[in-house]
Amino acid sequence: MLHTVNKSPFERVSLDSCLRFAKPKDAILLYEDGVYGALAGTRFESTMTEALKKFRIYVMVPDVEARGMKVDRVMAGIQPVDYAGFVGLVEENCPVQAWL
Amino acid sequence: MSEGVTKKFMYLNRKAPYGTIYALESLEVVLIGAAFEQEVNLVFIDDGVYQLKGNQNTSVNSGIGVKDFSKTYRALEDYDIDKLYVDKDSMTARGLTEGDFIVPVQVMDSAQLAELMQQQDVILSF
Repeated sequence: MLHTVNKSPFERVSLDSCLRFAKPKDAILLYEDGVYGALAGTRFESTMTEALKKFRIYVMVPDVEARGMKVDRVMAGIQPVDYAGFVGLVEENCPVQAWL
Repeated sequence: MSEGVTKKFMYLNRKAPYGTIYALESLEVVLIGAAFEQEVNLVFIDDGVYQLKGNQNTSVNSGIGVKDFSKTYRALEDYDIDKLYVDKDSMTARGLTEGDFIVPVQVMDSAQLAELMQQQDVILSF
């Protein structure tokens, strides 16, 4: 299945809960304020390093760039996607849970 | 939805009841969905477990002056909705026990709920 996270991990538990309920091989897409969880050098980097061993993790590039960052700030292993990529993930990974 | 097709629907609730509109909206959609005779699971995770707390007092005279919709959970069994699942970690982290809830629920651990999620056709997230 696909999990989406659109809230900053610094403000909400959405990312924590997502990682608690996701199963190995699930896909996780970080978008909107969720992209802050994908960046290198944050408090969540070690959490995401562990998560990358179990899950496929994606980040929405337009949301990264809207927030003044380039994709080179995204952790290695987290795959950049655009809107078409988002649609593709939904198609291939039903059902979808949005961790609002 | 075509007639005769039964899908598995999960309503996944993660917000406390009165601070935002999510909990009430979820309940509205559950009641609408009940008319379509689908397989329905209600799941309560994170602050969503607060939705089921008994003894909510929201009256105009002594409270915040909005509708106490928690009583509606009691009516769900009339719509054949009796699968209510509460995440154990979310419940205990908030100092709650099964006795706090307004209706009978099944308390499950995260692995059991994760498995249940995978089995759904549709997950409606609130």
